[in-house]
Amino acid sequence: MNRINQKLQEDKKLLSIYFTAGYPNINDTVSIIQNLESNSVDMIEIGLPFSDPLADGPTIQASSTQALKNGMTTDVLFNQLKDIRKSVSIPLIIMGYFNPMLQYGVEAFCEKCQEIGIDGLIIPDLPVDVYHEEYKATFEKYGLINVFLITPQTSDERIRYIDSISNGFIYMVSSASTTGAKSGFGKEQTNYFERIANMNLKNPQIVGFGISNSETFTQATKYAKGAIIGSAFVKHVTNEGTDTIGNFVQKILI
Amino acid sequence: MSYNVNEKGYYGEFGGAFIPEMLYPNVEELRQNYLKVMAEPNFQKEFNQLLKDYVGRPSPLYFAKRLSEKYNTKIYLKREDLNHTGAHKINNTIGQILMAKRLGKHRIIAETGAGQHGVATATVCALMGLECIVYMGEIDIARQAPNVARMKMLGATVVPATSGSKTLKDATNEAIRDWINNPVDTHYIIGSVVGPHPYPDMVARFQAIVSEEIKWQLQEHEGTTKPDYVVACVGGGSNAAGSYYHFLDDTEVNLIAVEAAGLGVDSGESAATSVLGREGIIHGSKTLLMQTNDGQITEPYSISAGLDYPGVGPMHAHLYKSGRAEFISITDDDAMTAGLELCKLEGIIPAIESSHALAVFDKKQFRSTDIVVVSLSGRGDKDLETYINHFKL
Repeated sequence: MNRINQKLQEDKKLLSIYFTAGYPNINDTVSIIQNLESNSVDMIEIGLPFSDPLADGPTIQASSTQALKNGMTTDVLFNQLKDIRKSVSIPLIIMGYFNPMLQYGVEAFCEKCQEIGIDGLIIPDLPVDVYHEEYKATFEKYGLINVFLITPQTSDERIRYIDSISNGFIYMVSSASTTGAKSGFGKEQTNYFERIANMNLKNPQIVGFGISNSETFTQATKYAKGAIIGSAFVKHVTNEGTDTIGNFVQKILI
Repeated sequence: MSYNVNEKGYYGEFGGAFIPEMLYPNVEELRQNYLKVMAEPNFQKEFNQLLKDYVGRPSPLYFAKRLSEKYNTKIYLKREDLNHTGAHKINNTIGQILMAKRLGKHRIIAETGAGQHGVATATVCALMGLECIVYMGEIDIARQAPNVARMKMLGATVVPATSGSKTLKDATNEAIRDWINNPVDTHYIIGSVVGPHPYPDMVARFQAIVSEEIKWQLQEHEGTTKPDYVVACVGGGSNAAGSYYHFLDDTEVNLIAVEAAGLGVDSGESAATSVLGREGIIHGSKTLLMQTNDGQITEPYSISAGLDYPGVGPMHAHLYKSGRAEFISITDDDAMTAGLELCKLEGIIPAIESSHALAVFDKKQFRSTDIVVVSLSGRGDKDLETYINHFKL
């Protein structure tokens, strides 16, 4: 069974952390992953940097720009990760935009992911219908779970459709925003979390965008299976470096 | 073969809507409504009335006698430079502002490179009394001060795009991010035939007035609705799309697209996307774009700020790939020379974008009986400083 599905069966709320590969330094990728696993994080999203990340706010944009300047490419990332399964067993997801994958070749990209031991992909600008018609078979051939996003504006009908073709979890974007834009949840989010919880979807949901601390993590996971922290973590490594990752995670999980 | 968009939003293999889910409701709302709204008689009436009374259409189709004599062919200039705000851009912004109003939007966002589309958007927002926010690369803001001032005078807020390379593509990213953050009350007026479906088709339809007029104007001049050639410059490609639109499926009419070669196609400082680009995704559309081997979008260069976009609209990618249009690239120097030639021979100072199209006559021999329509997409007032520096005037 895919490591993501295994993890989702555990009787606990899951913490997933996003980081930008190649940031702050080009060779931080493996040590960040090992560090996150040893600090009890449940899942990791490895950000493959892109020059034009449409869905991201300033924090992740800046980290992507720096990572590219540091020399990160698809090949470099795959090379850094080639022995990653010798040291970690945590579910690993690559999050990136579609163009770099398209240039690598979608099938070649998926094949490489399987070889390394990547469990899933999040590609914000690969639309559900295009995935469904053109790429679903390829992803499945290489045992990859593709994760789709929903937002407070997504209609029930579309959520049902996304649920029907998902086979891992649904990434619930907490509010209409780019990453890192808002902090704290209000009535609007609570209503949205409740609405989705009441839909009884077959895939569990993990909330992302706007989770930055223990309080927002608790709020989000009251309704959902887990939560993803991205911009707040990137900010942490920007300000504090990678040595204090444990402190960051412990503050979330208290 | 059809050269128009299909029901799924593709031109051949190009187009589509490669957008994050956060944008889906906005784009879907537009997709479901744009054709319906455009077909409404009261929309058509208001659109045409504004084009006539406010923009000053029809724009003349002018027989350029001295230029024709020099190149021994029949050259007609479609005078989009005479439109209000000085370029073809206003055709699209008039259409989209009326669309925004009918969709109940009261906040307008736009991207701009050199500032022409920003000015055209700020203009129609002032006209309709709607809030206007224009995203512009920090570098472009510094080098296009007069257009920044124009937008401010027209009541728009100009927001610097400080991410990435701080130019047009980043301004477009910022506008898209704004739309993600304001999904309900905001309409995004894209300035070219780029972006996710339905934008390329919608913008092409608003610009199609250009070729519609060419047909009946040519009938008056020459007794035929068909030119032998239509020539237009292509950055994103909106003036070309408008100039070609009604001739797309009539292969007796030859289409020529002129791209900016910058310092030369092989110089590393160029914007000739058809030569240098590969298939990929930019701003939600599958098309040809300039990128690294790794799929990172690169920064193009042209002396003309309106042509330095790293992609082309999906219609043009299809016209290129299918061979329907002939693509040529013109260097900075050749464009500037052609622009100055038009000044001397016809008394018209063209925008540097349009000067690229005019440079076709030095590259390609036409027959004396050929009717060649060139889209004079904009006027050169905005480019005076560049002309001054280039020719040491």
